[in-house]
Amino acid sequence: MLTPALLLSAALFVIGTLGVIVRRNAIIIFLCIELQLNAVNLAFVALSRYTGIEGQLYVFFVMTVAAAEAAVGLAIIISIFRHYETVNVDKFNVLKW
Amino acid sequence: MTDILFILFAVVAVGGAVGVVIGRSPVASLLFMVATLASVAGIYVLFEAHFLAAIQVLVYAGAIMVLFLFVIMLLNLGHDYRADLRYGSWSLLSLVVVGLTAGVLMQGFSGDVGADLLEDGAAAAAAIDAAVIEKGAVGVIADPLFTDYVVAFELMGLLLLVAIVAAVVLAKPRGSGEG
Repeated sequence: MLTPALLLSAALFVIGTLGVIVRRNAIIIFLCIELQLNAVNLAFVALSRYTGIEGQLYVFFVMTVAAAEAAVGLAIIISIFRHYETVNVDKFNVLKW
Repeated sequence: MTDILFILFAVVAVGGAVGVVIGRSPVASLLFMVATLASVAGIYVLFEAHFLAAIQVLVYAGAIMVLFLFVIMLLNLGHDYRADLRYGSWSLLSLVVVGLTAGVLMQGFSGDVGADLLEDGAAAAAAIDAAVIEKGAVGVIADPLFTDYVVAFELMGLLLLVAIVAAVVLAKPRGSGEG
């Protein structure tokens, strides 16, 4: 069952990448990044079954970092929305040349 | 039975992931995401990672997704689907990137990556099962977490504190207080 799980992980990661590229809504982009993190977690858990418990510890850490990242990222999105009245990432072009 | 459950969870996970990307409103995308997270938690159970499955449902599908939902409803988003999708050269770029990523990952994962791993993998799986029976599903995670990885654990607490403070400072309305 290891190879199917790794292939599922790859599929989820690729779909997440696609979402990050094709969507402009900052919140959906965030959701797709969470999807990518989850795909990696799935690979960790699947491999930890055959290598030892450490893989599950890393998943625990990744989840913590994901929670912190979601909190800060959503705060930034709220802050940007206050300023621009939109979450369309193409509209935030101050740092673009 | 395990294989049938795995296929079921995998189909729901991939379907939910596609739904996240093509969902018309952010709330729909979010609900698809919850379905994906729940079925990934089911796959964790199939790999005997019971504690992580519980955490996945409680923290990820519960807390983090509700946080996203709060923000979506607070900002009243989701009325401009046409403006939300990129077309033209961006879709071409996405196809190239996705094709390359998929190719590399599939080649790395579908080969005999597990062949030598599975040989001594049975021993590792048996060791994990024995540890779960001895210490319980939580204890088997908590034991290394509070001994070998205690520094990382404490740093994680510091990271969460910094993230909370940063989120409060960033989301505070401009001009309120002295910030």
